[in-house]
Amino acid sequence: MKSFRLLCLLAVVCNFLNFGVAAANGHIPADVKLADDQTFTYRMLDEFTSVDPQIVEDVSGSEVVRDLFEGLMNQAADGQLVPGVATGYEVNDDNTVYTFMLRDNAKWSNGDQVTAHDFVFAWQRAADPELASPYQWFVELMSIENAAAIIKGEQPVDTLGVKALDDQTFEVTLSAPLPYFPQMTTHSTTFPAPQKVIEQHGDEWTKTENIVSNGAYVLTEHLPNERSVRERNPMYWDNANTTLDKTVALVINDENVALTRYLAGELDRTEVPAGQFPRLKKEYPQEAISFPRLCNYYYTFNLSDSGPAAFKDVRVRKALALSIDRKILTEKVLAGGQPEAYTFTPAAVAGFAPPAVEMAGMSQADRDAKAKQLLEEAGFGPDKPLSFEMMYNTSEAHKKIAVAMSQMWKQKLGAEITLANMEWKVFLETRGSQGFELARGAWCGDYNEASTFLDLLDSESGYNDGKYNNAELDALLDEAKSSSDTSVLYTKVEEIFADEMPMIPVYHYAGVYMMDSDVGNWPVDNVQQNWYSKDLYKIAE
Amino acid sequence: MLGYAIRRVLGAIPTILVLIIASFFLMHLAPGGPFTSERPLPPEVLANIEARYGLDQPLWKQLWDYLCNIVLRFDFGPSFVFKDRDVSDIISQGLPITLTYGLLSFFVATLIGVALGVAAAIRHNTWLDYLAVSLGVFAQALPNFIMGPILILIFTLWLGWLPGGGWNGGHWPYLIMPVIALSTSYMGSISRITRSAMLEVLNSNFIRTARAKGLSEAKIIWRHALKPTLLPVISYLGPVFVYVVTGSVFVDIYFSTGGLGKYFVSAALTRDYSVLLGITILYGVLTVVVNLLTDLAYAWLDPKIRFQ
Amino acid sequence: MFGRSKKAQAIAEDFTEYSLVRGRSLSRDALDRFLQNKAALFCVFFMVLMILFVLIGPAFAKWNNEEIDWNILGDIAEQGAPSIQSGHYFGADELGRDLYSRTIQATGTSLMVGLIGASMALLVGTTWGVIAGYFGGRIDSVLMRIVDILYSVPITLVVILILVVAGRSFTTLFIALGAVSWLTMSRIVRAQTLALKNREFIEAARAGGVSEVMIIFRHILPNLLGVLIVYASLLVPELIFAESFISFLGLGLSEPHTSLGALISEGAGTMGYGTLWQLLFPLFFYVAITFTLYFIGDGLRDALDPKDR
Repeated sequence: MKSFRLLCLLAVVCNFLNFGVAAANGHIPADVKLADDQTFTYRMLDEFTSVDPQIVEDVSGSEVVRDLFEGLMNQAADGQLVPGVATGYEVNDDNTVYTFMLRDNAKWSNGDQVTAHDFVFAWQRAADPELASPYQWFVELMSIENAAAIIKGEQPVDTLGVKALDDQTFEVTLSAPLPYFPQMTTHSTTFPAPQKVIEQHGDEWTKTENIVSNGAYVLTEHLPNERSVRERNPMYWDNANTTLDKTVALVINDENVALTRYLAGELDRTEVPAGQFPRLKKEYPQEAISFPRLCNYYYTFNLSDSGPAAFKDVRVRKALALSIDRKILTEKVLAGGQPEAYTFTPAAVAGFAPPAVEMAGMSQADRDAKAKQLLEEAGFGPDKPLSFEMMYNTSEAHKKIAVAMSQMWKQKLGAEITLANMEWKVFLETRGSQGFELARGAWCGDYNEASTFLDLLDSESGYNDGKYNNAELDALLDEAKSSSDTSVLYTKVEEIFADEMPMIPVYHYAGVYMMDSDVGNWPVDNVQQNWYSKDLYKIAE
Repeated sequence: MLGYAIRRVLGAIPTILVLIIASFFLMHLAPGGPFTSERPLPPEVLANIEARYGLDQPLWKQLWDYLCNIVLRFDFGPSFVFKDRDVSDIISQGLPITLTYGLLSFFVATLIGVALGVAAAIRHNTWLDYLAVSLGVFAQALPNFIMGPILILIFTLWLGWLPGGGWNGGHWPYLIMPVIALSTSYMGSISRITRSAMLEVLNSNFIRTARAKGLSEAKIIWRHALKPTLLPVISYLGPVFVYVVTGSVFVDIYFSTGGLGKYFVSAALTRDYSVLLGITILYGVLTVVVNLLTDLAYAWLDPKIRFQ
Repeated sequence: MFGRSKKAQAIAEDFTEYSLVRGRSLSRDALDRFLQNKAALFCVFFMVLMILFVLIGPAFAKWNNEEIDWNILGDIAEQGAPSIQSGHYFGADELGRDLYSRTIQATGTSLMVGLIGASMALLVGTTWGVIAGYFGGRIDSVLMRIVDILYSVPITLVVILILVVAGRSFTTLFIALGAVSWLTMSRIVRAQTLALKNREFIEAARAGGVSEVMIIFRHILPNLLGVLIVYASLLVPELIFAESFISFLGLGLSEPHTSLGALISEGAGTMGYGTLWQLLFPLFFYVAITFTLYFIGDGLRDALDPKDR
């Protein structure tokens, strides 16, 4: 981790060199001719909930906030950490005190200097029970000193372990050692907030006429449920290296309409509806793209007391997991280049070595045969068919997967399955209170490390809706928190998972987009899809 | 008549009050709350949020505070989902949009519908009549929510004539598709009602008398037949107006217009209690007002009706 | 939508005023008149065909409504087109399921939704209206006040909340649709009951010592029958539309059950991808049902209401 700082500094130096020699943008290859109109227009699934960095919680909103505000660190196109407002950091020997050095040319869009005090204000604000940000949990997760007590309302906000040593030095004290703490500063909750503006306008400060931000862009237009526009911020410290002038987000709820509008040339990027990728790839080979993402898709058994007795038998669980033909699901139903899943953690996760799971190596025919045999051993057969209800939330893609899975089980195992689709909130409520038998689940990694997924299997985890409980697995996860070689431990956890099959891994996500070929530098290698408009550019056609 | 109108509006206040109370409890009956999310919030964070929005109070207290805020300050509270905005913001942004395309669709549907219906009745049992009737029934039978994708496919992708969505301050190219999509089915039903009403009027004694007196056909229709024909049409237009405004969710979804329909449905699904309640009240008031206007229009057209 | 159209109300009201006077020969007369209405008769014939299709159609299907044709899955646009050889007479949906079977099942569902929803509205609306109209006084004003209030509740809200609170099933769907569509019915029935209850034959029955309940069942209800039939026939297509709207919002029935509304909204979504049959077949049945029901309703109205001839 120490070497990390060096790397950052090196990057800065490189940047400077680049700047000096080419006097042009570091990320644009020399043979690229830029378009005159540097506007990027993309489809936004739904209206964002907020552009307040401490409050925003949805993906759409975070994408906007990442352009408007800049935190201590940024992610590069490959997901690596690069300096943001901070030029680098130092850390003490036990990984509990981090000191960030801020650049002196970072400015707010009104011309004010971005100082360490802005970060102190923002971080205190994020933890403040009065603001009641849903992302207070993130401040707790960062293990900042006194965060938990402040959130509970037991201590005043100014006791939070953050300090501005001077305008350019920001110090954070943690209550537990956290080697990956700097990665967390790319998250929008940690972005600075303009104290003066917030105090002047109160809740109205994010309105386009009031908002002041420190990122590469400023919010110039916001028509809710229609569109929002962010334009170049001339005060941004790295404005000279920013190519894109304008990013427009159009809210289009229906994915098919979005695709139609993309094809009509109104958008530069949109999502591909399930099943349409192969056709589009054939017609528009340059534009249809697919790349792995950091999310999994699974079905969880209810293993709590309220769950069906049949699922307490590992043979039944394995039989169900084995008899799903994932190749059909990923290649014919979704058809967007999604990897088949045999482990809980996606293989794309950094530093994760997937174990050689027996199921992955078998042919589908063998799997089916084994599934039948296991189910028979468990006492289910034609006279006593396995019957259960599977639950998913309303969505075209979830429906397709659920219908296909239920048909596979019906045809191969003779199981009787009732499909129950529920509206999102009811679904969450039912799953969270173990009112289900088999339920859909999906998880996107908060950070690029296997524990973000595997923690779901912990018996103590609040997200473990199936109430799976294995002491050995819990112990392994515990050990991983302080271990230096986590890879082995994670592999071991996955082996237990494959052995016990408390959830059925189905597939891992892929980002499947139609992306206009004149969009340059889209970060396909960033598995979290944290993209920044300032890194993009439009190529002349 | 003014006194009557005032009495009607005042009489609606208890109705609206009960409407608020009923919607309030119905809403809280639905499983899940505005802050139920895939990632369950830690209890202490949830407690802070609930305290901020007053959701930690007993239900009756929440209701009381809500009513007091409306009556004393005309404050409908903050949105629980769109955290940068409050309910008044959302309504004042969405309502003008919904009203613009709603009113336009309403007028288009009425004008074309009445014209088509009158034409069919005058040329009773001719090809024009059959064409108008078939068009009317077909337009009415076509579920209006499929018009969105069809229109966008045709006018945006294939012909490239119109933008595929957005509002742009109500600039006309952005209005055409929403108005066509929304007005078609109502146009169908209005034309059918007009036609049958007109036929009835044309067969009545006073028209026969007028004909016997030798008045020209155009004069008969324009001066005598049209007004009584409009009576049943008007009573249908009231509800149509309310539907055009409240039932326009598919327009907002397909054409990204940013109107209230989308807010209303998504507020119900995301349990954005305050937005849901605010729009419900608005719709309730609208219904009351439109009913009143319908009755007034009725009285204007038919002198036999008197207000008690 | 949802049976609140004033037109239906006006038509129904019109008609009863007349029928009250007409007395017993009404049904015979009406039938004669109805039989002379060619358009309506054709529609009845067509409706019978459609019901037969729903009942007998599955016997000709090669696939049931939930089976996935794994061979064509993933290439529906090319291999899922309507064809006699493959057994997919109406083609296949995006998941390779037989659209012929699904359309039959959906048509059945939509017809059921219309009929059962209308019956529910009939039952609740009549009970409510008769009680309010017959007993009058405070009961009347309370019951009608409730109707007034429910009128101003946005229907979308009620339907969404009922489906959300009670989960999806046929029963919930019927309850949700019935719950919002009885209001107009109750108003009409109340008005008719009010007019009836002071007439001589009712007075006579009362003087003869017939119990109130008996009067309602023997004398009031039979006289309401005509208006109810007409109104219900106009309500059915409105309910079918309402169900489609619910499906469009994603709150419809759970798979593998489907309705025309659900199929149409799926088909409309994929219509740009070369699978137009997914829209056209269900749409044809939907439009055909609405078409025929409207003409049958109109025919009934004309038949039962000689004034308009």
